[in-house]
Amino acid sequence: MVVLQAESEIASINMVYGGAGCGKKVMTSSSSPGVSLMQEGITYLAGAELPCVVVNVVRGGPGLGTIQPAQSDYFQAVKGGGHGDYKLIVLAPSSVQEMADFVELAFDLAFKYRNPAMILSDGMIGQMMEKVEMKPFTPRWTDEEITKMHPWATTGKPASRERNIITSVELDANAFERFNHKLQAKYKQIEENEVRSEMFECEDADYLLVAYGSSARICQKAVQILRAKGIKVGLLRPITLFPFPTKEIQALLGHVKGILSVELSAGQMVEDVRLAVEGKVKVEHFGRLGGVVHSPEEVVEAMESKIIGG
Amino acid sequence: MSIDIKDIIKPENLVYQKSSLLTDRVMHYCPGCTHGVVNRVIAEVIEELGIQEDTIGVAPVGCSVLMYNYIEVDWHEAAHGRAPAVGTGIKRLMPNKYVFTYQGDGDLAAIGTAETIHACNRGENMVMVFINNGIYGMTGGQMAPTTLQGMKASTCPFGRDIERDGNPLRMTEIVATLPGTCYVTRHAAHTAAAVRKLKKALLKAFDNQKNNKGTSFIEVVSTCNSGWKMTPVQSNKWMEAHMFPFYPLGDIKDV
Repeated sequence: MVVLQAESEIASINMVYGGAGCGKKVMTSSSSPGVSLMQEGITYLAGAELPCVVVNVVRGGPGLGTIQPAQSDYFQAVKGGGHGDYKLIVLAPSSVQEMADFVELAFDLAFKYRNPAMILSDGMIGQMMEKVEMKPFTPRWTDEEITKMHPWATTGKPASRERNIITSVELDANAFERFNHKLQAKYKQIEENEVRSEMFECEDADYLLVAYGSSARICQKAVQILRAKGIKVGLLRPITLFPFPTKEIQALLGHVKGILSVELSAGQMVEDVRLAVEGKVKVEHFGRLGGVVHSPEEVVEAMESKIIGG
Repeated sequence: MSIDIKDIIKPENLVYQKSSLLTDRVMHYCPGCTHGVVNRVIAEVIEELGIQEDTIGVAPVGCSVLMYNYIEVDWHEAAHGRAPAVGTGIKRLMPNKYVFTYQGDGDLAAIGTAETIHACNRGENMVMVFINNGIYGMTGGQMAPTTLQGMKASTCPFGRDIERDGNPLRMTEIVATLPGTCYVTRHAAHTAAAVRKLKKALLKAFDNQKNNKGTSFIEVVSTCNSGWKMTPVQSNKWMEAHMFPFYPLGDIKDV
């Protein structure tokens, strides 16, 4: 394994860009302000259709912000933080076990779709200590395997093939529109095949909490408190933020009368929940800001005041 | 007596041949531009060393953004200024391959100054080619970090004013101070003799990479006759009279 400390996040994402071109598994990680610096490189990776993994352990913003946990980089991760029409595959771990497991999953998906994948964590999950079961290591790809599996990689041009050019520039507008349509078709395929989510007490729920990452853990406790009070509440935890579990939310609308989207932000994921719900039931947002983490009791209070009594 | 062309085109009369590594694509560079010559010399060097299968080029942003259309090797197109970081990623993961970067003055000495200095400071084992024509050619002739004092550009129409715009930057002298560079040299490509010297320098730079010596950095003082608003011949004369005194040719470092 090659490990290199770069001089900046701009350099590190571009080292990843170069390394990804070699057809190898490359990744980088940072926390919010550093990931903002990486946005240029990320859009190049998406435009050049290269696989890589970027980890964002989100902290409170805007600006230099704080080092405490937040989930306020949802828009940046899910809607495309850099320029152009592109998407990242975004995974949201809610345990240390998933922090470990999702690295492999993110690489698998990144290579399957030749697209950058992001693990969107937060300062709580990122600093948590939990028992982790590590999967057995798989052997590293050999150079021969890479050439066979990734014929697009810039490994040096042998006489047997045309040269490989990794680029995201196309000056012919019509050709570039065709390329953009190809990207969009890929994102649609990802939406059809790769949605992952987890349900917690949703079968008979009258009300639903939607939360990912650390907020999902807090909401599990909130579900227990509300259930003890006799209120039938469930939790839907998106594991993939792109693709978003739209259909999974829609499937619950037969019995769910109101939804509270809980996120350590001013309300970002709630927009995707509302798009899924299409106005059929009430959807509200709750979340503490700037590095403050909400308690289960605060979530219960918000559910009662904004949704059940609201 | 009439001369038949067939009597002239004979193997024994061959004095020069296009490198087999140069594609047949018509180069987009302006007539008189230095890029075309340097692109050609790089192709010749890779061919002569027989390293086509093991070479990855990192293309820049700027006038030479489409350089990958011209040389038959694998290419990776970098973002503006980031070629040294992209090259680092490639070289670190494939240390047995040859990696070269190619950048202009805006790319290497303005937006990518940090990447340039840190790649050279780490001594990344690659060849860095720096085309310095003192102007932003592609975007409309704006002032570059290397624009000379008093030299006119579209954003300094009365000439670079040191008080307002700062001094022109000698990146090559800066990287020569870094321990990671093994060979730092400044060339031109305006005469046959200059082109031959440049080619020798490039051969040496790739040889350094083969021997894991560190970063080889080659500046090519260049012309931009479109941006300078001169004919190619005038440009060459102006370069000799004005660029060479501030950017003197020759080896700065050779370890």
